Amino acid sequence: MKLKNLFVITAAALAAAPALADINIGVVASLTGPAAALGAETRKAVSLFPTSVGGEKVNFILLDDATDPTAAVKNVRKLISEDKVDAILGPNLISTAVAMADVANGEKVPMISVAPLDVSGDKRGFVFRSEPSADLMVQRVVADMVAAGVKTVGFIGFSDSWGEVLHKALTKAAEGKITIVATERYGRADPSVQAQILKLISAKPDAVFVGASGTPAAMPQITLRERGFKGRIYQSHGVTSKEFLRVGGKNVEGALIPVGPVLVAEQLPDSHPTKKNAVAFVQTLEAKYGPDSRSTFAGATWDAWLLLQNAIAGAQKGKAKAGTPEYRAALRDGLEKTSKLVGTNGVYSMAAGDHAGYDASAIVMIKVENNHWKLVK
Amino acid sequence: MDAEIIAMLGQDGVTNGAIYALLALALVLVFAVTRVIFIPQGEFLAWGALTMAALEGGQFPATVWLLVGCGVLTLAVDAFSATGRRNIGRSVLWNLAYPLALAGLLWGLPIAELPTAARVLIALAIVVPMGPMLYRVAFQPVAEAPVLVLLIISVAVHLAMVGLGLLIFGPEGSRTQPFSEAQFELGSLMIGGHTLVVLGASVVLIVALYLFFDRTLYGKALRATAINRNGARLMGISPALAGRLTFFLAAVIGVLSGLLVAPITTVYYDSGFLIGLKGFVAAIIGGLASYPLAAGGAILVGLLESFSSFWASAFKDVIVFTLIIPVLMWRSLTSHHVEEEE
Repeated sequence: MKLKNLFVITAAALAAAPALADINIGVVASLTGPAAALGAETRKAVSLFPTSVGGEKVNFILLDDATDPTAAVKNVRKLISEDKVDAILGPNLISTAVAMADVANGEKVPMISVAPLDVSGDKRGFVFRSEPSADLMVQRVVADMVAAGVKTVGFIGFSDSWGEVLHKALTKAAEGKITIVATERYGRADPSVQAQILKLISAKPDAVFVGASGTPAAMPQITLRERGFKGRIYQSHGVTSKEFLRVGGKNVEGALIPVGPVLVAEQLPDSHPTKKNAVAFVQTLEAKYGPDSRSTFAGATWDAWLLLQNAIAGAQKGKAKAGTPEYRAALRDGLEKTSKLVGTNGVYSMAAGDHAGYDASAIVMIKVENNHWKLVK
Repeated sequence: MDAEIIAMLGQDGVTNGAIYALLALALVLVFAVTRVIFIPQGEFLAWGALTMAALEGGQFPATVWLLVGCGVLTLAVDAFSATGRRNIGRSVLWNLAYPLALAGLLWGLPIAELPTAARVLIALAIVVPMGPMLYRVAFQPVAEAPVLVLLIISVAVHLAMVGLGLLIFGPEGSRTQPFSEAQFELGSLMIGGHTLVVLGASVVLIVALYLFFDRTLYGKALRATAINRNGARLMGISPALAGRLTFFLAAVIGVLSGLLVAPITTVYYDSGFLIGLKGFVAAIIGGLASYPLAAGGAILVGLLESFSSFWASAFKDVIVFTLIIPVLMWRSLTSHHVEEEE
């Protein structure tokens, strides 16, 4: 009996070990640490990935970077040297993505970032991304402001790199169209933003843009409403989590947010290119994780996989076998040739000079209404 | 900048200053009696606030299990020390029976339907006993160690508590309902009901502390220990009891300030440190010895924070923490330095 057990275990272990022809994909996500909320979304999407493409078995190896660039680099090295991966997906933050991209590019392993990393230039030859940049998102916000007749805007954002990224994007997008009349900063853990809000209101802007993310983004809006500000309030795409609605309550009603379309999949007009894919993805995801468990972060991870799946299908037509440098080069070339690939969160067309390739027309504006996301028509 | 804005900024500054004042008082108290620079003070604030938020959300607060764990650890420390074994009966009662009884009680209660006052009491009942337990486990065995060793232990306890906070509360923050939603008009100035609650609670707590130290035997014993540890010991005051009592008071103050701050801002598992640090700046203004100076310093910190957020919001924290440099210079120039006896 014991011998038989041993045999079964050995057979199982052999079966689990990747054979040479299997395709191995490494996924790095922040499952713990300050960005754990984002990593959880990536994990959800990974659990829905298929086990084979065109008859070839695909293995996914998910590693945790603990929101730490050093750990992320260690993971990439391990994935490349020990697991011999053919491609890498992830991570969630720009800081970890920058560290990983250098290694992946040096080892010539294609990587698709879920964070809005800068993917232009020679040093990013093997690096792609599926997440739209902050610039595109803020351009959408400014377009909405112009359409609503907004002439002046006040900015209040984090006193960190994210606040800076959004402030720069706003300054660039608003140039010549809207005047920024006040720029205020606050910290994620500040007990109050009363003073900053008083100064914003005294500058009398038509609209306010909150350059923050997650639950701390609710505080300026709450204080603005308490102080009787009646104008439009725009939030960045970093707030689209259920927790933001929970903390903000009735005071974040009416907030306008630019997002990838997956968040409001069912409400999209039939003419929207990603509607079909987005609805299908959201239904599969919510069947597994319960109602309202969708997020744009899970959508971006899923789209990273779609990009890669497309490249794998292309590489299968060639001669290169998985696990070889030629195969990885074929995947890279395949990714670069991506043309009008319809994902859940947008439409992607890559080129040699454009490894982000996100079509800005897919971005939609949503509004918080009755504590839910509502598509703005 | 007109009078109205000055009044609003002042109101905001004094409200936050009142909370910093409570933390500063607790820091001064703990340092005076036990020589511990109590960095985890802010964690009691965060745990109190987040426990309250869990109760408001109708969830079973996970801090109860932490209390049970703390209790078991304390009981184990007692069981392995000679002095602890003499009072093992009492130790079992407070460190094992009480947390389990509380957990059982909460299991049976309809948490979602409790009135606010009951929630406040439950939050206090869960988090406050961890203060004395913490003293028993982390500080009592090394009570005679130099200040530096106590500080290092204090940092370690802080890091452990922040880690546990992330584990039980998760990375997202919470807000709680204000104790009063009323608005009062004073001229052109709107005063929120909650602002008055914060100020009122702070004043009541400060007066209660004054009465405790001035009129009760235990309070006088703590004061005696603060003035001269050895002398107090010769008079029959147990330093262990003084330490536990001090940490109990510090935990009460921490949790209450957490309950007061949670309706004003979103509290995260790691919010306590920064708020505690501002209380610490105030305590330094009081030289870690004077209660009135510390309280005054806290109001100063609150006002400085509020006005500097108005003029230069990107440098707000820089300005508040830079305040400590002139204060330290002034203190070291005006007072002669006394070497600590080792």
